[in-house]
Formats: sequence, C-alpha cells, structure tokens
Amino acid sequence: MVSPNSPETPGGVSASAAPRSIKDVVIRLAGNSQDGIQAIGGFLARLAGRSDQDVMTYMTIPSTISGGPSIFQVRMGTGDILSAGDRADMLVAFYQHSYDAHIGSLRPGGVLLYDADHVKPAEGDHRFTNVACPITTGTIEAVGGTAKDKGKNIYVLGLIARIFDLEVPKLTQLIRERFGGKNEDIVRNALLGFDAGYAWPQNNLRDLFYRFEAIDRAAAASGRTQVTLDGNSAIAYGFLAAGVRHGAGYPITPWSSIMETLRTELPKYGGVFVQCEDEIASISTALGFSYTGNVAITGSAGPGLSLKMEALSWATMAEMPLVVVNVQRGGPSTGMPTNVEQSDLMQAIYGSHGDTPRVVLAPKNVEDCFYLAIEAVRIARAYSTPVLLLTDQALSSRIEAFDEPDLKALMVPPGPDRTERPANFKPYPLDRQTRHAPAGTRIASGKYPVVTGLEHDEFGHPTGNPKLHAQMNAKRRDKIKALASTLPAPELGGDISGEALIVTWGSNYGPAREALQRIRAAGVPAGHLHIRHVHPLPPGLEDILGRYRKVVVAELNDEGVYGFGQFATLLRARYALPSIVSTCKTDGLTFKVSELVAGVARHLGNATLEGLVSQARPSPLAAR
Amino acid sequence: MSTAVANPPPPAGAPLTKKVLTADHPTWCPGCGDFAVLASFYRVLEKLQYPHEKIVTFAGIGCSSRFPYFVNTHGGHFIHGRALPFAAGISLGGEDLHVFVFGGDGDGFSIGGNHLTHTARKNVRITYVIMDNSVYGLTKKQTSPTSPLGFKSKTDPWGALDQPINPMRTLLNCGATFVARSHATQVNHMTEMMLRAARHDGFSVVEILSECVEFFEGAFDAAVPRKGGSWVLIDERKNDGSPEDATRHDVTDEVAAFQLAGQAWPGKFGVFYENKTRRTKNAIEAELIAKTREKTKGATDLALLQATFAKLR
Repeated sequence: MVSPNSPETPGGVSASAAPRSIKDVVIRLAGNSQDGIQAIGGFLARLAGRSDQDVMTYMTIPSTISGGPSIFQVRMGTGDILSAGDRADMLVAFYQHSYDAHIGSLRPGGVLLYDADHVKPAEGDHRFTNVACPITTGTIEAVGGTAKDKGKNIYVLGLIARIFDLEVPKLTQLIRERFGGKNEDIVRNALLGFDAGYAWPQNNLRDLFYRFEAIDRAAAASGRTQVTLDGNSAIAYGFLAAGVRHGAGYPITPWSSIMETLRTELPKYGGVFVQCEDEIASISTALGFSYTGNVAITGSAGPGLSLKMEALSWATMAEMPLVVVNVQRGGPSTGMPTNVEQSDLMQAIYGSHGDTPRVVLAPKNVEDCFYLAIEAVRIARAYSTPVLLLTDQALSSRIEAFDEPDLKALMVPPGPDRTERPANFKPYPLDRQTRHAPAGTRIASGKYPVVTGLEHDEFGHPTGNPKLHAQMNAKRRDKIKALASTLPAPELGGDISGEALIVTWGSNYGPAREALQRIRAAGVPAGHLHIRHVHPLPPGLEDILGRYRKVVVAELNDEGVYGFGQFATLLRARYALPSIVSTCKTDGLTFKVSELVAGVARHLGNATLEGLVSQARPSPLAAR
Repeated sequence: MSTAVANPPPPAGAPLTKKVLTADHPTWCPGCGDFAVLASFYRVLEKLQYPHEKIVTFAGIGCSSRFPYFVNTHGGHFIHGRALPFAAGISLGGEDLHVFVFGGDGDGFSIGGNHLTHTARKNVRITYVIMDNSVYGLTKKQTSPTSPLGFKSKTDPWGALDQPINPMRTLLNCGATFVARSHATQVNHMTEMMLRAARHDGFSVVEILSECVEFFEGAFDAAVPRKGGSWVLIDERKNDGSPEDATRHDVTDEVAAFQLAGQAWPGKFGVFYENKTRRTKNAIEAELIAKTREKTKGATDLALLQATFAKLR
C-alpha cells in the first residue's frame, strides 16, 4: 500500500521480497528531547490501539530543563504485550551519541536504522543489519529548507510505516488529528515528511519488509474499542469517573501531569483544582474539600509525600476520606527524579508518626491506573480513610492501549451528603464506621461535631483517657482489617504450586508475566502472584505462598540492610516464611524479563534457567 | 440510641444565642485574654445569625487553637500552622459556608507563615482571627515570632535576640484584603472588628493582642489605659465632606495603612486596610467554571468523559 498523500510518491511497485511475518517488534528511537521522538511513539501507540494490536511504550526523558538525549521505546505486535521489551529489534539513531549510547540495546540480527547525515557506525560490526538513511536531508528536501530539521520524527514515522506495513490511512488520519488544530501548512508539511519517509525504503531497501501476524480476533480482541493513553492520564480520568471534583497539588516530577490534567478538566465538571504554595498546603486543602463532603485528591512524588506525612496522620486520626497519589521515582532525596523506583512502599504504608493504619493500592499497568483510581476513591469514601495510590515514573509516562472503559456503568455521582443527621449522631462511634456529617449538614440534636487530630471520644471531644485511646486505635485498625476481608484474591498465573513463585506489585506485573512464560517454557514449574492491594493484603496468601519452594519477590528498591526488599520484608514479617527471598535492583529502569529470569534462576540454583538467560536471543528481524 | 434528649434542640431557624453556641468549657488558664475573644465571637455570631449548620470554626495548634471545641458549630482542630489551607478547601468546597479560623502568633506567623502569604494573595473567602500573645504558651514559654526584642523566654533566657515580625505590615504585604487590629481587653471593639471582618467578602484578618497571663504577663499593657497605657483608635475617614475628614485614615489607602503599621509600639487599633474591589478566589473559580461550562454547553459529566475517551481512540 502506498500513501495517497502526494502524487510524487512512487506507487504500486512491490518490494523485491514479500514482507515477512513477525509477531511483535521492539523499536527504540534515540535522539534529543526536542526531536519529537515521543510523538513517533505516540503515533505508533495510537495506531496500534486502532488496529487491535497491542502496544506498550517506555520513555526516558532527561531531567535537564530542555534538550538532552531522550529515548522512546515502543513494542507493538499481536497478542498480549506485557512489557516494553528487554532489547530492541530496531534502533533508530538520530545522532552519534544516540548510536553510541544505545547500540548495546540492539539484539543480534536487529536493524540499525541511522541518520547517515549524523551517525557513523563502528566499522566491522556485522551483528546488525545496518541501514543508512539520510533522515535529515530527506526531511529538508521534503518539507523545505525553512523547517530546518524539524519534522524528522514524521519522516521516521513514514520509514517505519513502510518497513512494517502499517496502515497508512489510519496513520495519516492520526497526523491530521494531531496537527489539525494548527494551520493547514503544518498538516501539509507533516504529510509531505511522512510521504518522503514512506517512499524511501521502496528504492533503497531490498528485503527489510515485515508484516504483523494477522490477529486472531475471536481469541484476542474483546470487540471493544481501544483507547491509548499514559498512566498519569488514566489516573486523572479515573478520578473524574469516580466523582472526584476537588483536588489540590504542588508541581513535582513525575506527578505534575495529573494535576495539570485535573486543573484543566475539573472546571468542565463544575469542580476545582487548586495549585497550592507547597505540598503541605495541598494535602491540607484537599482535606478541607473532603471535610465539606467532596472527597478530594492530592498527590506528589516521594519527597513531597514526606512533606504530607503529618497531615496524612491527621487524616487517619480524624478519619477523613482522601486519596493521595504517589508517583514513585528514584530516591532518597531528589535522587533520580525522572527514573523509576519502588522505594516509597514503606513510606506509603508506615511513613507517619503514630499508628496510622491506611490503605495502599498499586496499579499494575496503565489500564489498572484508571480502575484503581476509581477503587481508591470508593474505599476512601466507604471506610472514611486516607488511601494512597502508589504508582511510578514508568507507568506515569508509558502509553498503552486497552479496552475503552464502560463509563456509563462506572460513573459515580459527585457531591456531599448533607441530609440532616439524627439526634444520636456521633462523628466517631465505637461500634460503627465513621460517617462524617459534612460541614453544612444540620444535626437534629443541635450539637455540632468537631473533627480532630487530638485523641477524642465518640463526639470528637479531646480525651486523655487511656482506655479510649486504645479503643479508638482499635477502631481505626479494625476498619482496615474489615476492608482486607473484602478484597479479591490476587491474580495467580502459571502453576498453582512448584519450584518458584514470583511475587510482584506495581508496574513489574508485565515483565514478571513474561518471565514466568520463559521459566515455565524451560520446564520449571512456577507461578506468578501479582498484588494490587499492597496494604492491607488480601486474604488467602498464606496458602498460595506455602506451595512453592522459593517465593521470589521482585521489586525496584534496595535489598536493604537485611537483604530483603521492602515488600519482601513485609511479607516475611506477615507470613514468617523463610522461603521468601528478594530480587531487587535500583538502576532507575524497569525490570527486564531476563533480569527476572536470572533472579529466579539464582534463588533456585537452576543451571538450565541460568543458561537461558545468557543465551542471546536473535531478533525476529534477523536477515535470513 | 436514647431518644430522650435532655435539652431539646432549638427548632430550625431559631435564633442563635450564646447558650446555643456554647460547647466545651474552655481549657485556658484563668485570666487568659482568649476568654474575651471567645465571648466576643459569640456576640458576633449572635449578630450575624447565619444558619447554624453553615458556620465552620476551624483552627491549627496552640492555646488559642483550642477555640473550635468551645464553639458549638461544625468545626475542626487541624495540625500546627496549616489551618488556613484546610480552611481554603472548606471555603472553596462549600460556597455557602461561613469559615472562621482561629490561631495564635506561632501558628500564623511562624510555622504557618507561608500559608498566610498565599491564602491572603489568593483572597480566599475566610475570616481569620489571630490571637497574638507574643509567646509560645502551650509549650510553656519559648520565644515567638512576635516576641519583642529582649523578651526573656526559655529559649532566650538572655532576652529575645531576633527581630520580631510586624503583623500589620506582614498582612498588608501578603495582600490580605481586610486587615484590622484589636485588643482582648476591648470587647466592644473586638466584636466590631470581627463583625466587619466576617462581613468582608474576601480574606479578612483581625489580629487581637491577647495576653498570656502565665508566660508573658503585661505584654500589652502599653495599650491598656487602666495600666497606664494608651488605647488609641484609628480615626477612619467618614467621607462627610468636612475639612477635617481629609486628615483621617482612608482604609482603602494601602500606603497609609503601611504608615500606620510602622508607628511605634503600641500603635493604633482599628481597621488598617480594606479592599473591596479585588475579587475573591471563590469568585474567580466560579467564573472559570461558568465560562468553561458555557463552552461545553452544559454537557453531562458522562458525556464529557466519553468525549475525552473518544479522542483517545
């Protein structure tokens, strides 16, 4: 198929070789942040979403103010795509530094597509199929000199579209949608650039043409329309669906885009999002909203969460509903602000003064960001408690396609319940769940409640009574236990007993599922347990954990002084099983599938598995 | 549980009286200035006659911040220094509510200083009463941000060394749109100031010098005539066209307010500044919502979110 966008595109001539069928491909685009390579990733992700293909992306953005190296990795294909892929099948290198830094990520037999105007690959390196394409001059010729090298991204999109036989009408439609709001010249230039890129392989590549396997629609597709978005957007939209109309925040990477989305979206829904002077003011303002009966959200990344801790303890003591998002990044302190880590788990669960039982949920992928955001709000309301939504930098920017949610069924009506409370109303009854009367609610007795951070009696009056303090501590603890008893059993994949159980939480779900497939394919009976409700834990885990020789908890944090990651430490404390061990890392990147296989192999002492890891798996793009 | 109520509640719409508004007995030390502030506040609420359930009394931490326990309204006792951002959430989350915040000089000018600045600049509809005793009383006599130089405390046994804050100047500088000053020995004046503050549409602050008899006795005697001090009220401009009116204080004149704030201790009392033209955060956000909803032509929440997802296909 040839692009219909410009007449000069050579048309109709089929490539010298028929396209080869592949299941999936990992493309890494390496350039500078101003080259718009994220846009290529975005286009490919959305195209995949519209094609019933699965997609997952992975992005690093520099923590510098502007410019600097940037990569975007996209994995697309048929069937379930669980991780963004360990190594790339194709590397598109815009600059020499891109080549130098990322050639090591290319699988043997993979395709190196580089800008011949900027990159000189190492001589004598025959591991890859090298394709020298004049990306810069090609773009300038197509779009015109005034554009400088702006538009290279769209040229590259054209190259990729031709090489992988992507659906051009859908892609051009996406380009029109993306640039449509601007003037027509921009759309025309973008399409010229796309066409030039699309035309280039025809005359310059002999057999590097591929096509994704036809999808088995009955088995794979739900029939529902796919939507394509990143994790932070999914959280923001989840809150809107959950009836959240109030929030407050302070900018911090990688949380900021959630507050930006809510700030612009909420007025449409009659809501308010306040940008506050600091992290403490944000949680305080959010609690003020919740106090008026409008359950509110705030959020941050690790350092900001630390600042919110005093107020978070108040929320536990005063039993105020609230949802706090924490988009984890590398710590401690400013650490690695644009890298992923899962080192805030203990902070999320325990990081406050006093005994502060609260709820911590961790989404497993972008789709789950949406649904857990809704669940977090539901729990906050139902149990009148703070709930932490513990996501991470990788999920925040990763783009995935998933089934469009059934909003009609999901939407929760907003607004406070100001119906008059009966004369026997107590804000903190010992025998019942706390249900605050929002400010503005008439109380039939004429006695109005005080919400308070001081230990209090059932009416909210301060008390130093030791018995009451113990009773109220129990009340605050027991409601979290009551929640735990209602939680669904976590997702167990693979064998229901065996040699190893991989346990993960948060964004490690996908790579762990893939690692499980490889481990079982090697003949090792193994399972994978993924936990979304990280605190309180769902019931029934004892039985599951006990059925495997080793329970390998994989998480992106340090193994600590005692040799166990944060979640592994909790599981050991809770279940007292010596079989619980840790696989940890803190290199700022998500787990590669091979790293997880290696972790399991090491704990099992399994030479076959270890051998599996060291084998270099050739790229499906390798020349025949 | 029990259906028999000893004191039947007043019917809806019954006038609010001190009796109705009284809650727990104050825990303050005998002789504390805060008792008088509380008594004045009851009088203010009696005069305002807001619907009972629409009044919110809120506070942070400190002796004065115990206030909400003593007033029978919706209310809360938050953490140290952060009552203002919480109150901003109440004010913006419940447009029909009347939000009163009480606190001390530590809460307002020290740990909560940043919040004072930003709540004032945003002009959130809140009435804030700062009961300034120039000492940390709850923690038993440490230097506070308004302790005068030379004040001997447990943290400055040789006398306070750091320059104190000038509350009036600070409040003016933050952009508070109603700034007044009173004294806990002047019940009528306090009541009048709080009443005007409550009626002001915006962020209104009354600083009340309220003596801590336990840890800073006589701190404000300089403004108490029976102790030899001078109680001087601000002579507000009446706009009566008289020649002497030109010499009176124009409350809308920010420069004049700063000049008043710079006067030597104990200075003058009354309204320093009042700005009725600056819009409140409440009004600005309401307008943002109205304008945005005009564009979306009143689409339902479901339709709005469906449209968002349609764009992500």
